[in-house]
Amino acid sequence: MKIEITEQKRPVLSEEAKAEIQRVIKQYPEGRQKSAILRVMHIVEEEAGGWLSPDTMDMIAEILSIEPIEVYEVATFYTMFNLQPVGKYVFEVCRTGPCMLVGSDNIITYLENKLNIKVGETTTDGMFTLKTAECLGACGYGPMLQCGEEYHEYLTPEKVDELIEACRRGEIKGNKVV
Amino acid sequence: MGRKLLLEHADVPGIETFDVYRKHGGYRSVEKALKTMSPEEVVEEVKTATLKGRGGAGFPAGMKWSFIAKPEGVPRYLLCNADESEPGTFKDRYLMQYIPHLLIEGMIVSSYALGANQAYIYIRGEYMFVLRIVEKAIAEAYEKGFLGKNILGSGFDLDLSIAPGGGAYICGEETALIESLEGKRGNPRMKPPFPAVQGLWQCPTVVNNVETLATVVPIINMTAAEYTKIGTEQSKGTKLISAGGNVERGGVYEIELGLSVEEFIYGDEWCRGIKNGKKMKALVPGGSSVPILPAHLITKTANGDTRLMSYESLSDGGFASGSMLGSGGFIVFDEDQCIVRNTWNFARFYAHESCGQCSPCREGTGWMEKVLHRIETGKGNMRDIDLLADINKKIEGNTICPLGDAAAWPVAAAIRHFREEFEWHVTHPEEAVKRNYGMLKGVTA
Ligand SMILES: Cc1cc2nc3c(=O)[nH]c(=O)nc-3n(C[C@H](O)[C@H](O)[C@H](O)COP(=O)(O)O)c2cc1C
Ligand code: SF4
Ligand code: FES
Repeated sequence: MKIEITEQKRPVLSEEAKAEIQRVIKQYPEGRQKSAILRVMHIVEEEAGGWLSPDTMDMIAEILSIEPIEVYEVATFYTMFNLQPVGKYVFEVCRTGPCMLVGSDNIITYLENKLNIKVGETTTDGMFTLKTAECLGACGYGPMLQCGEEYHEYLTPEKVDELIEACRRGEIKGNKVV
Repeated sequence: MGRKLLLEHADVPGIETFDVYRKHGGYRSVEKALKTMSPEEVVEEVKTATLKGRGGAGFPAGMKWSFIAKPEGVPRYLLCNADESEPGTFKDRYLMQYIPHLLIEGMIVSSYALGANQAYIYIRGEYMFVLRIVEKAIAEAYEKGFLGKNILGSGFDLDLSIAPGGGAYICGEETALIESLEGKRGNPRMKPPFPAVQGLWQCPTVVNNVETLATVVPIINMTAAEYTKIGTEQSKGTKLISAGGNVERGGVYEIELGLSVEEFIYGDEWCRGIKNGKKMKALVPGGSSVPILPAHLITKTANGDTRLMSYESLSDGGFASGSMLGSGGFIVFDEDQCIVRNTWNFARFYAHESCGQCSPCREGTGWMEKVLHRIETGKGNMRDIDLLADINKKIEGNTICPLGDAAAWPVAAAIRHFREEFEWHVTHPEEAVKRNYGMLKGVTA
C-alpha cells in the first residue's frame, strides 16, 4: 500500500475522550495496554475529524507506550481507518453479493452522478466522501450504506436524495470539523 | 410455529434492559449453573446437547471446551467471536442489538464452565452502534452483581468487556481474532499450537461464536435431554438464519433445525417467496464460503429427498450436489441474476480480504478475481474456465488458514453447476458486456 503523507497536527483530545481511553485501557491486564489500540484509534480518529495523520498516530503510540511503527502497522491493515483527509460525511456503500443482487450497483452509480465524484473521492466543498465497503452485515435490508455509525437500509434514489439533504441540513452526525 | 429458544422475547419492549430481561426469565441459567452445578457438569450438559459451533465450522462446543489446557496458575480466557463479516450473515448483530443480555448470560455460564475469570467480546468495528448497546448491558450486569467479584456469592469472579475490530474479515478467523485482540495486524497463526493450549497472550483460550454462547442459556435452563428433543438426528435445537438476496422478506429468523428449505423460502412465517413473483435460480445457504446450489438441488437433494435446514441435509451429496449450513447466511438468487457476475463479486471480496501471508491465497485470490472479471466483461476465453479450476487446486489445502479454501470452493461450485453460463460469456463477448446473462436466459435449471 502506498501512503501519501498529508500533515495534520495531532488533535487536542476532549476530556470525555481522555476518560474513555483510560477506561478501555483498564480492560486489559497490566502491560497489555496495546490491546486497546483499535478502540483508541477509533476514539482518536473521531476527535481528529475522521482521519489519522502520521502525527496523530504518533500521539496514539505515546498514549499506549508503544512504538509508532506498531500503530502504522495496524492502521494500514484495517480498512476502517482513513489515512487521508475525508469529507464531513463519508458514505460507505456495501458492494458485496447479497446487496448487489438487490441493486447496490445502481446506488453507487446514482451517488457518483449525484455528487459528481467517483468512488474514493471527496466533493470539492469537502462535504461528502464516497467509498464502497464489503458486506456490512445488513444483507437482508439492502441496498445499504453506512454513514458515521449509522446504517441506512432499503436504499432507493429517493432515499439517497433525502439522506443527502438531511446531511446538508446538519441533521446527520458528521465528522468533527477540526 | 417453530419453537424459539433465543429470540422468544426479542420483540418485548425494553428487553435490552436488565430489568425487563430479568422479568422474562433472564439470568436464570446463571443462578442454576453457579448454585447447583459444577463447571464439569456444565461442560457435560453442553456436550450431551451436541451443540455445534454456530460460527460456520460446526465444531462441537462441548468437545472444544473439554480440550482447554488447565496448567496451574495460568489464566484462561473465553473470547466471543462477534466479527460477523461473512457475506450474507447478520444474525449475531440481531441478537446483540435486540437481546444483548442473552449473550452476556451465556458468556457467564460458559466462562464458569471453562474456569475463565476474564472474557472478551470481539465485535467488528462497523458494529460500533451495537458495541455501545452491549457495553451498556455489561455495565448493568456489573451493577446487578452478575459480573465482577463473587457472582451471586458463588466465589466465581468474571470480568467481561467488548472490543471493536477495525474492518477486516480475516479477524473472524479465531487465531487472527486473537492477534487482533493483542493489538496487532490480523494475521492468522499456524496451528498447532491451538488456542485451547496457547491463545490470547499465550494462555489457554476458547473462541466461540455469539450464537453458540447464547445457546448455552436454553440448554442449561431446559436441560440437554429436553433440548435434544428439538431438531433432527444430527442437528439439535434451533438456529438463527439470516436471509437476504431476492426474497420477499429478508431478515433474521430462528428456526427449528429440520424445517424444510422449501417451507423456509416460501412459508408465510419466513421469507414469503421470491421477490416480485419471480422464480428462484440458485441458493447459497450458509454464507458466501459455501457451495452454491442450482434450482433443482435446493428443495430436493440429488436422491430426491426433501432438503432440510440441517447440517446433514444441506451437505447431502457432498460438494457434487450439496452445500453446507455454514453460518446460516442464506442468499437467494432470482431468475434474472448472473452467476458469473456474482462469482466474480465474491472472488473480489476474498481477494480484498486475504491477509497476504501465504502466496497461494494472496496471489491465487487475486488471479481468480482478475480471470473472473475478464470472463464477466466478455474478454475471457474457454481456457480461462479451466484455469480457474487449476488455481483452485493450487490454493486448496496449501494455506495457513481456511480463507484460501473459502475463496476457492464457491468458484468451483459455480463452475460445476453453471458451466454453460461461463461459456456463454466467452462465446458472446459483446452481449456479455451489454447484458446481464440472467435477464437474458431466465432460469437455467
Ligand atoms: C476467514 C474466516 C472468517 C471467519 N469469520 C467468522 C466470524 O465472523 N464469526 C464467527 O463466529 N466465526 C468465524 N470464523 C470461524 C472461527 O474461526 C471459529 O471457528 C469460530 O469462531 C468458532 O466458534 P464456534 O465453534 O462457536 O462456531 C471464521 C473462519 C475463517 C477461516
Ligand atoms: S490463507 Fe489467506 S487469509 Fe489465511 S493466512 Fe493465508 S494469506 Fe492470510
Ligand atoms: S452484502 Fe451488503 S450488507 Fe451484506
